[in-house]
Amino acid sequence: MNFQFTQTDFFVLRPAILLCLFGCGILITDFFIEARQKFFNALTALIGRGFTGYALWQQQSYLKANGLPELVGLSGAITIDGFGIFFNWIFLIATALAIIISTRYLEIEQEHHGEYYALLLFAQTGMVFLATATELVTLFIGLELMALSFYVMVGFLRGDKRSNEAAVKYLLLGAFSSGMLVYGFSIFYGIANSTKLADIAQAISSRDPKDPMVFLALATTAVGLLFKIAAAPFHMWAPDAYEGAPTTITAYLSVASKAASFAFLLRIFQSPLASVRPTWEPLLGAVALLTMTLGNLAAISQTNIKRLLAYSSISHAGYILLGLVSGNQTGLKGIAVYILVYTFMNFGAFTMVVAMRNQKIIGDDIDDMAGLMVKRPAYAVLMLIFLLSLAGIPPTAGFLGKYYIFLSLIQTQHYYLAVFAVLYVAVAAYYYFRIVKVMFASEAVERGEISDSAGIRVALAVSAVFTLLIGVYPEPFLEMAQRSLFASLR
Amino acid sequence: MLDTALFYIFAALTLGGGVLTITRRSAVHSAIWLITSLLGVAGLYLLQRAEFLAGVQVILYVGGIMVLFLFVIMLVNLDQAAKEKRFSGQKWIALACVAAVALQALWFVSKGAGRFTLGQPSIAGENLGNSEHVSRVLFSQYLLPFELASILLLVAIIGAVVMAKKRI
Amino acid sequence: MTFALSFYTLAVVKALVLLGILLITLVYIQWVERKLIAHIQGRWGPNRVGPHGLLQPIADSLKLLTKEDLTPPHVHKLIFVMAPFLAVSLALISIAVIPFGGEVEVFGVRTTLQLTDLNIGLLFIFAVTSLGVYGIALGGWASNNKYSLFGALRSSAQMLSYELSLSLGVVGVLLLSGSLSLRRIVDSQAGYYFGFLPRWNVFHGPLPQLVGFLVYLTAAFAETNRVPFDLPEAETELVAGFHTEYSSMKFALFFMAEYANMITVACLATVLFFGGWHAPLPESWGIQYAPLVVGALVAGLLLYHSQGAFAGKQRRSMQVFGVVAALIGAAFLLQPVRVLFSPLFWFAAKSGFFLFLYIWVRGTLPRFRYDQLMGFGWKVLFPVGVANVLVTALMVALFG
Repeated sequence: MNFQFTQTDFFVLRPAILLCLFGCGILITDFFIEARQKFFNALTALIGRGFTGYALWQQQSYLKANGLPELVGLSGAITIDGFGIFFNWIFLIATALAIIISTRYLEIEQEHHGEYYALLLFAQTGMVFLATATELVTLFIGLELMALSFYVMVGFLRGDKRSNEAAVKYLLLGAFSSGMLVYGFSIFYGIANSTKLADIAQAISSRDPKDPMVFLALATTAVGLLFKIAAAPFHMWAPDAYEGAPTTITAYLSVASKAASFAFLLRIFQSPLASVRPTWEPLLGAVALLTMTLGNLAAISQTNIKRLLAYSSISHAGYILLGLVSGNQTGLKGIAVYILVYTFMNFGAFTMVVAMRNQKIIGDDIDDMAGLMVKRPAYAVLMLIFLLSLAGIPPTAGFLGKYYIFLSLIQTQHYYLAVFAVLYVAVAAYYYFRIVKVMFASEAVERGEISDSAGIRVALAVSAVFTLLIGVYPEPFLEMAQRSLFASLR
Repeated sequence: MLDTALFYIFAALTLGGGVLTITRRSAVHSAIWLITSLLGVAGLYLLQRAEFLAGVQVILYVGGIMVLFLFVIMLVNLDQAAKEKRFSGQKWIALACVAAVALQALWFVSKGAGRFTLGQPSIAGENLGNSEHVSRVLFSQYLLPFELASILLLVAIIGAVVMAKKRI
Repeated sequence: MTFALSFYTLAVVKALVLLGILLITLVYIQWVERKLIAHIQGRWGPNRVGPHGLLQPIADSLKLLTKEDLTPPHVHKLIFVMAPFLAVSLALISIAVIPFGGEVEVFGVRTTLQLTDLNIGLLFIFAVTSLGVYGIALGGWASNNKYSLFGALRSSAQMLSYELSLSLGVVGVLLLSGSLSLRRIVDSQAGYYFGFLPRWNVFHGPLPQLVGFLVYLTAAFAETNRVPFDLPEAETELVAGFHTEYSSMKFALFFMAEYANMITVACLATVLFFGGWHAPLPESWGIQYAPLVVGALVAGLLLYHSQGAFAGKQRRSMQVFGVVAALIGAAFLLQPVRVLFSPLFWFAAKSGFFLFLYIWVRGTLPRFRYDQLMGFGWKVLFPVGVANVLVTALMVALFG
């Protein structure tokens, strides 16, 4: 067994290596930075983003130039394909946005430490592996790397009881779900005698589809994965974790962690488990329906905007799952578009909540937004765009995502699911418009000042521009989504 | 024959220790039973000719982590906690769920066991011991997860420091 | 005699011989310690029971055995009783994998001078010693006494912290020899550089493990709870630490465990860093006659002093011991004896030196303060250990 670390391996790993290096670098330079100048750490992290983006772009253009569908490194542990690169771009954007909205917020919270940025980068490292790894052990460690970073970041407001509680809840349930997941993995390994997804796919497809062993592996793995994407009935951790976490982290968690978990889920369900689709399709359909139901109905009665958005993000997970249930090209393309769109609109909405945080109030009550139209009309309009998009109303991008999902459902004759999905859009519109109503129709409250910074403005602008742009000019993004499909489906 | 007997002994240690861990009232007793359970697992590894894993299991879990557990338990005053009711009213629901899952798993395993290929322990014949095998695999096929695990541990350290330290 | 038949008998015989030697050493190391400490402090030490107080350890053992075995009413009985047995059995087990010599032939049976050669020998020792802390921790906790509990806490923290450094000190050796089997580690140290410098790991290329050895040695002191790291039983602060409530046989067991650990650690230092049973010089230098010379020297010294003014009542015994030493030395003139016992002689000499070092240090150094202990372990020893591993790995990768 000869092993050589080749150039290809290095090329494949480069984004992750850069992330790790910058993460460690921040830990070191943070040592020399005075307490008032911690924003230098954010700057370092952003530069790191630049390098990672460059490495990613190189990978992408290498694939394109050589016409390769994928590039396999480290004896099959990593596969760089369109799918992985697409998700990596999403992580990169989300992390960059999270960095620029954090500086001001952390100063207000008086928890401005370099470790925060390092953890952001390490979390992204984990995500990179979730999207590109094709081997169970690497996938699992990538998942844990991401999750562990999030546990810490969720509890980063150490003086805040809610933050501590959220971290503990998230940690316990996260650890439990990881346990379930790894239990499923162990059965996969037992079935295939290999940890590589390709081998597992082969082993499973050569078996009787009704084999109970396969079903056991499928069930436990699915439970673990559904926990991670906060699909009902495994969604209980999400509202608590979202509410208690620092709002910047909530934004990041709801966007990047969800995208990474979906990347993970999509890869598992489409690569090793593809041959047993008849078994899991109804299962996922039921889960998706339940997720949309619970998410949307629970969101109606929320008064805390972070909780409301948490439930709304649960229901969005349900919509995305529907794309996998239909499973045709439209559906999978829809998923990619949906996740891309969701990244911008959800991040934008949470950034508004971040901006509401000032020295006096936490700003996560819906009523804190009262009269925003009078005080700061620009912000109110931006928020309106995000909410419209979240509700899925044209011409915003949210509509496009939902459109492809619904279309794929109808193409594959899942009429009942489609009907319910459309019905819930109406429910969702109701609670999103509650926020709109408060902003536009209520009397202004005194304390709800906006504490913005350059970073927050940039993040809001970027999110809003893309939310609109994808809605009105979707062609390049659809092409991106098309490229993100697995080679076998293209 | 001897192997089978040993397997049942170690399995009983593992499972019995686990059950006693959650049912003992005193936290120290729980910890001791957990140690027993972990030693049982180490024994099972030995039966699979995985000496390296057994050694590491003992050193890390029994000799390291559990010592820390005991350390913390001894520092914390648990008298109050010991007097409180340990299980809430959900106990029976939970037990029923566990039983259901266990039965399901048993059923699945019994149905599918024939088609379940067990990994063969790599027995000697070659000149290499178990530790050498482990290291070869670890540093070739699983090099990436191995390296990634170090980042994971770094994050864990940072997390511990951030969470525990008053001023960072 | 077929091998299959003799396997179990041989194992039993070897185990019994080893246990006998170990127990005698355990008993007499205490006598040596008391004598040496006494001489360091300008006292006589035990000199009443038997010649030179040589029967003192036996008297002590009898005393401890026959004393009333008190179990205080407030203890957690089972754990209280279990703890000392745990401590001593774990301490004794670890000697099983130490190789004392190469392969020998006694009365037609070929065997190695080692109870068993595990291919994870070193891991085994670390596993067993890492379990050893439970004896102390549980004993201290079960005593239900605040001083004992403090002792237990100190010991768990201390042993955990220093175990890391201990292992790190050894990693360099593992890198050089490429095996976890202690026998193979010793084998890799055979031979000499330039015809005189032994290839022991402290001198072994590409990077002599001197730093690793020092880290190991320091950590070993802490692992065995010896001065200057004997905080778990610091009598001035904690009465007697974790064994305050123990008396009689149970106390003796803790005592035995401590010394057994000491012997294990000393033997391990010999095996890992000082070439095990290999002689410090090649045979062409006539090193095989060293035992002879030592025997003659000891005999001469004893016989000379027995004529001196201070010998007094002990004149006769000194003469007897002198003659015995001379005979033992003379026995090394015989080829078979030399082949069998030369390795053992060197092993015993090296391990004996480390044991002497322990006692010497105890007679010389004061005890650390607790924060100093932790600070030293984590901020000095640990980084040095890591650095040593890194540099060794680099050197092995470049020149190994």
